[in-house]
Amino acid sequence: MSEERRYAVGIDLGTTNSVVAWVDLEQCDRDQAPVEVMGIPQLTAPGEVEEKGQLPSFLYLPHPEELRPEDKVLPWREDVAHIVGQLARELGSKTPIRLVSSAKSWLCHAGVNPKDAFLPIEAPEEVTRISPYRTALEYLEHLRDAWNHHHPDKPLNQQELVITVPASFDPAARELTAEAAREAGLSHAILLEEPQAALYSWIQRTEGTWREQVKVGDIILVVDVGGGTTDLSLIAVTEEDGNLQLNRVAVGDHILLGGDNMDLALAYVVKMKLEQEGKMLDPWQLQALTHSCREAKEKLLADADLDRTPVVVPSRGSQLIGGTLRTDLTRDEVNQTLIEGFFPQLEIEEKPISRPRTGLTTLGLPYAQDARITAHLAHFLSRQVRAVDELEGVSLPTNARFIHPSAILLNGGVFKAGTLAQRILEVVNHWLASDDAAPARLLEGADLDLAVARGASYYSYVRQGGGVRIRGGTAAAYYVGVESAMPAVPGFPPPIRLLCVAPFGMEEGTEAPLPPYEFGLVVGEPVRFRFFTSTVRRDDPVGALLDQWFSDEIEELTEIEVNLPPEHHNPGEVVPVQLAATYTEVGTLRLEAVAKDSGERWKIEFEVRNQEQSGTSQPEPAAAPEPPPATGPETPVAETAPGESEQAEETDETAPSPPQDNSEENDNKAGFWPFKK
Amino acid sequence: MNINLSQLPQTLDALHLALALAIFILLFLLVMVLTFVVISLLRRQATPAASETVKTKPAVSAEKPRPAGPATVVEEKPAPAAPPPKPVILREPTPDAALQLLGLFQNEARLIDFLQEDIASYSDAGIGAAARIVHGGCRKVLDEHFEIGPVRTETEGSRITLPKGFDPAEVRLTGNIVGEPPFQGVLVHRGWRATEVKLPQLSEGHRADILAPAEVEL
Repeated sequence: MSEERRYAVGIDLGTTNSVVAWVDLEQCDRDQAPVEVMGIPQLTAPGEVEEKGQLPSFLYLPHPEELRPEDKVLPWREDVAHIVGQLARELGSKTPIRLVSSAKSWLCHAGVNPKDAFLPIEAPEEVTRISPYRTALEYLEHLRDAWNHHHPDKPLNQQELVITVPASFDPAARELTAEAAREAGLSHAILLEEPQAALYSWIQRTEGTWREQVKVGDIILVVDVGGGTTDLSLIAVTEEDGNLQLNRVAVGDHILLGGDNMDLALAYVVKMKLEQEGKMLDPWQLQALTHSCREAKEKLLADADLDRTPVVVPSRGSQLIGGTLRTDLTRDEVNQTLIEGFFPQLEIEEKPISRPRTGLTTLGLPYAQDARITAHLAHFLSRQVRAVDELEGVSLPTNARFIHPSAILLNGGVFKAGTLAQRILEVVNHWLASDDAAPARLLEGADLDLAVARGASYYSYVRQGGGVRIRGGTAAAYYVGVESAMPAVPGFPPPIRLLCVAPFGMEEGTEAPLPPYEFGLVVGEPVRFRFFTSTVRRDDPVGALLDQWFSDEIEELTEIEVNLPPEHHNPGEVVPVQLAATYTEVGTLRLEAVAKDSGERWKIEFEVRNQEQSGTSQPEPAAAPEPPPATGPETPVAETAPGESEQAEETDETAPSPPQDNSEENDNKAGFWPFKK
Repeated sequence: MNINLSQLPQTLDALHLALALAIFILLFLLVMVLTFVVISLLRRQATPAASETVKTKPAVSAEKPRPAGPATVVEEKPAPAAPPPKPVILREPTPDAALQLLGLFQNEARLIDFLQEDIASYSDAGIGAAARIVHGGCRKVLDEHFEIGPVRTETEGSRITLPKGFDPAEVRLTGNIVGEPPFQGVLVHRGWRATEVKLPQLSEGHRADILAPAEVEL
């Protein structure tokens, strides 16, 4: 088998663009691994197929009469049902009701089930909708078929494969990505976080000299501003057996804010200017304006002498000269909108502003409310001040108010404008100076648009033993909510406590020890748990039970569900189980319920997302655990005597009875789809 | 079987007689064949000098008249008096690629809109604004679909030497063209060369004649 694995392939399944890169394993020698980017055949106009380095992550659902069957072809398939890539983006710019975009962000959206077909949200009744999961699957299938088209004798399912996900993806979204890969026949794919991939790409480009560019004690901040999302990670450099070791110590929150927002912001500035002159724009023209603003912005930011650059918007009709709108984008406007709007100079204590959301937030993506990337960055660095406490060789001054990065790696097309890269550096150095720390430096030489895919393929090669690996593991601890046993008080939901099931920093391919708590699960009835995560609580061991926590250190994820099939048990029987967490080789978290007596295991599903996440009035978990006699988490497992499980059964019976739970679930489901009717 | 090279036969026995007879017969056959060959060679020299022996493939030569010069006249047939001059085959360019390129220019650069419009009634500023769209779009098409580089890398205005055997397709001589190469001259224009063309592939039923479809908003 091994001789067939000729290529190490990396897929960047991006929010707005997907890229495939590969390394020929036969051409590799230690630090030398030439990475190539594959041309992806895609429809660029009806009936025209062209290879492009990027596949725009857009999917278009054409009307049966809209295109002729012979116009919907790919080199490997005739009459495709859905159009993917550049043509999809183009058609969608004029017919948004049939366009699916940003499907990836929906994968990580609490409150919807990513396997429900509800995209595009604004589509009228007659359009057959598609689920975010299927959309991701179609992109993967397109990339797979493109690869197989190029390498008919080396199919992708026989090559080493890495797929990237945002570092901030929650376990459910990672699992969905892995599942999509499995369904596409790529079950051997490994997941990699995008900021790590960017760093791998930088390492690959230095061809071994990275060891001279970083030193032990460095903390590398990776800022990856993609088209639609911003991803932050911290990577610390340590030493082990005389070799430099890279450790990913922290990842940021999922911030839906990216380069597209910036171009759109500029377009609105120009639109206002045009409207003041009495010229109105239709939606298509705004799109065209966004395009020309992006180009104008890049020109202005690249050339410091340029004061203004013209922006033109063509008319849609065939009268080009008569209908064209022309105006200028000035340097002041770019500075005002981009630099002050997205990268303002601010103090390290600043936090992103979040207004209370009003109304139907589940119907749209939770876009970041605060556009100031530097505010998100300040918040991230302050939160993660303890991230390197446990690492040898990396230390912070005791009075540090935030973690001090010593090097910055920027990624994403936004930073093609050198001004913005310098701005980030200035802002971070301003914070460092206020903490009396040495200034950080920029790591140069990343390929901003393609780095993630390139890094992924390099990592795929590194996994064969060819180079340095970044030590990762889980970048968060995971908890389930358990109801505390106390007398009911009308009007107050019973307080919940958090039981740690997966600690911070679990390595790939390891299983956490079983927490010393048991749950009574009813056979044949789905049982749900509230599920929480924290990216800052690093020291909670498995089994730790939290009574109190700060609201900004714990975040609630979607509920998880376990369903015991009545195969070996009688329906209605209560089985005492413990919750086991495994961080798989693939890079996903797997939660299982392990039967106390028989050792049987049942998978706990993440993707149960048909509930709104907001309220505390949600159905509480059907199972309440019985704490061991001594309340401390240190209680040895042995102490949970057989008697405990009986008690567990009792409490279970007093818990809300399962049929109610079900009906509530159905109600919620019906209530969630107002836009379908 | 024992072989003794020192012994000789004492008498002319039947076996040796048979051997001697066989030698005579073979010799006679050899002489016959040689005579035949010599006669046929002599006969061939007697026919016109340039004709070819095509006895082995008479059918082919009979059916295929060779278009080339007098050297290919077949033995059986008399040579045509004067072969017709070779017709110059001019390639017919396929319209598809040209139409496709026009379509790309229209899509990205609105080139046809621009060229079909009567520019006399517009102000220079209006034309200039439209020209930016055309220029930007055409350039994008060129960048994406062609690799274009100069033919000569020297700076324009400098003196260059063209060696003997230069390719006249790459370099056009103008002015005082006399004498023998190497030629000395001033580079007036660097020339352009497309090193790569990457046009989109077309499906079987693609309508190349539609440069841009009409748009109807519902």
